[in-house]
Amino acid sequence: MSEILLQIDGKEVKAKEGMTVLEAAKSAGISIPTLCHHEKLEPYGGCRLCIVEVEVRGWTQLVVSCVYLAAKNLIVRTRSEKVDRIRKMILELLLAHAPDAFELQDLAKEYGADKNRFEKEASFCIHCGLCVRYCAEVKKKNAVGFVDRGTRKEISFIPGIASKECWNCKECFPLCPTEALQAAFVLTKALASF
Amino acid sequence: MPRINSPEELEKLRQEILSRSDPSKPCIAICAGAGCLASGAGEVIAAFKTEIEKQGLTTDVNTKGTGCPGFCERGPVVIIYPEEICYLRVKPDDVPEIISQTIRGKKVVDRLLYVDPTTGEKATHESDIPFYKNQKRNLISYNSKIDSKSIDDYLAIGGYSALAKVLFKMTAEQVLEEVKKSNLRGRGGGGFPAGNKWEGSRNAPDPIKYVIVNADEGDPGAFMDRALLEGNPQSILEGLTIGAYAIGSHEGYIYVRQEYPLAVVNVNIAIRQAEEYGLLGKNILGSGFDFTVKVHQGAGAFVCGESTALMTALEGRAGEPRPKYIRSNIVGLWGRPTVLNNVETWANVPLIINKGADWFTQFGTEKSKGTKIFSLVGKITNTGLVEVPMGITLRDIIYKIGGGIPGGKKFKAVQTGGPSGGCIPEKLLDLEVGYDELTKAGSMMGSGGMIVMDEDTCMVDVARYFLNFLIDESCGKCTPCREGIRQMLKILTNITKGKGKESDIELLEELAEVAIDASLCALGKSAPNPLLSTLRYFRDEYEAHVKEKRCPALSCKELIAYHIDPSKCQACMICLKKCPAEAIEGGKNRIHVIDQEKCTKCGTCFEVCPPRFGAVKKISGEPVPAPIPEEKRILTRKSKDK
Repeated sequence: MSEILLQIDGKEVKAKEGMTVLEAAKSAGISIPTLCHHEKLEPYGGCRLCIVEVEVRGWTQLVVSCVYLAAKNLIVRTRSEKVDRIRKMILELLLAHAPDAFELQDLAKEYGADKNRFEKEASFCIHCGLCVRYCAEVKKKNAVGFVDRGTRKEISFIPGIASKECWNCKECFPLCPTEALQAAFVLTKALASF
Repeated sequence: MPRINSPEELEKLRQEILSRSDPSKPCIAICAGAGCLASGAGEVIAAFKTEIEKQGLTTDVNTKGTGCPGFCERGPVVIIYPEEICYLRVKPDDVPEIISQTIRGKKVVDRLLYVDPTTGEKATHESDIPFYKNQKRNLISYNSKIDSKSIDDYLAIGGYSALAKVLFKMTAEQVLEEVKKSNLRGRGGGGFPAGNKWEGSRNAPDPIKYVIVNADEGDPGAFMDRALLEGNPQSILEGLTIGAYAIGSHEGYIYVRQEYPLAVVNVNIAIRQAEEYGLLGKNILGSGFDFTVKVHQGAGAFVCGESTALMTALEGRAGEPRPKYIRSNIVGLWGRPTVLNNVETWANVPLIINKGADWFTQFGTEKSKGTKIFSLVGKITNTGLVEVPMGITLRDIIYKIGGGIPGGKKFKAVQTGGPSGGCIPEKLLDLEVGYDELTKAGSMMGSGGMIVMDEDTCMVDVARYFLNFLIDESCGKCTPCREGIRQMLKILTNITKGKGKESDIELLEELAEVAIDASLCALGKSAPNPLLSTLRYFRDEYEAHVKEKRCPALSCKELIAYHIDPSKCQACMICLKKCPAEAIEGGKNRIHVIDQEKCTKCGTCFEVCPPRFGAVKKISGEPVPAPIPEEKRILTRKSKDK
């Protein structure tokens, strides 16, 4: 693996080829906020919170650092007025669903996000997909999945699989940044025992 | 069917097919496209067959179900060759007359011809009708010349000669060069140069590559790809095979939406016939080149028209886009280099090969070459598919080809590019149609939907409509799109209901900015376009809704009211009887009054009030005049006064 040099927030950073900007930043101790990222899982690029500015051949672009690959001489800015504005809005949009999630509240403080900006629709799930992907990629059970699409999209345990696999696992529970997962599981338990 | 093993054999077969058909023998071509079938073309075709048999003409007349010629407004369309007499809105009852008059008597049935609504002049031939006369129909004109289900018909008009030329006289590099030289840009929306896309895939080291036809046409009101795939599926297969040869692919897919059943049937027939002739499969035309095509039916998701979502769906997973930082022509379907082009893009390829890039580039503007098919719909006299050279003005499309706005109404805006596009106002009607020109105006070419709107259309409601479409069609993966659309739609819905706040417009702009900057795919990035373009050109309408609670187009139900002008009401009882909510009080010789509490604002009274009275008024942003007192409601008619 060849090494590449890039610049993140004015700092020279060494990265291995194939590393994402997020991983490169992390390795240099620069933190970028994420919600849908997990080391054990394939990059997803869903929450968009890890958006950063990069400069490629003189052009400034907004890219999502968890899926954008580090490249030679790339200039990355993890904070800027624009980046902060986007992160603030994303947090406000998500807080409408999970106003009490600690992780969101901490980030909201940092970015000045107002949790009451949008009308509450407390579904709790913020669609990070951590449970769904962990179950599929790490546990290889597919006991929980997304159903439907657009704004109707939601997580759902598949009763047939969940009733066999989930009792002794529940490894996805601590991954959930809100309480949605447990609620969904309780529902499934009820369905499975029906 | 015999297998064709060389270009010479292909030529021989073509001559044989041509010699079998007598050009002077009458042929009745009936449009069997989805539009005409819906207006009864199936019955018309059956009636022709029965009548021809009844009159003992079976051996003297041919009939064929063809693809869509475009003039859907006047379907079912029948064209009689060799004279090319064009009959419109043909019904089964007209058939005996057509056979006895036109086929036997060589006389034209006047009443079935096109009549120019302004001059009253009749047009006998397709080419005399203004709707067709002002088009440049490089692609779609073949539709009405061939039976969509017959490969022989396609061969008769020169089909597969481009493929033969490519396989035997051109190297892959030469094909690539020609397509690059033609500057053919993707017809599906983005307008990316097809040649560059192909070149990227060709140069990718992976030996396994794929080509895909994107026939997941989902824009509301758009149906050009359907017409091409239904009407001339062989041309798409030929284009695709040429593309496969150019990039070195041996496997192709046609991703077609399930809601296009006729296209699915016709393209499957086309593949089978091409395989039997050896124009698909192993060792095509004896050239040593192998290429197979499979059809995949989409499950009804608009987002699967997005290239990466389409590929994910093709792989058997939920149709969600993936980041495009590495383009799919390098890492696409199953991680392999994949060239995906839209139906219309592929349809252009055989023409470019046969006639040359120089022929192709004579049409269009500096940066947008060739022709483009638009589906012209909405408040327009001639609804249908129109193929025009790039660079034509919107005004020419709408007025010269489309025949203008019906009912004497005023033009307000034209929406191009579907949910990703925008609304273009009257002051920009002289805009030349091209990828960059439309984008600059805040809209986009998209796949070619063109929805015309008249003065009765509320632009806030139009923006709301498109976001309402997208709220179900976003895949829901990324926050700015899923949540951004949700909030934008909420705000817009409130505005159309008179619940808008002054800060709403700014908030909308802020949400739009985040959706554009941070969404994962083009669906989210372009979702705010209808909103932003209407804000740009019709901000006054937004402000009227928010500040005055008034809908200037008198369209938003919650902001309008109907009332009857007592000085004009003739107590004719029509509106009173027709009102479905029984909200109109009155009687014989008693002036009618609408009970605002009961009124559901359906507009029936407004529509049925005789124009010579014009007593029912639609108002917005002003209080409803108080009903006249009971005692003054007795109508005194002037004639009876005497």
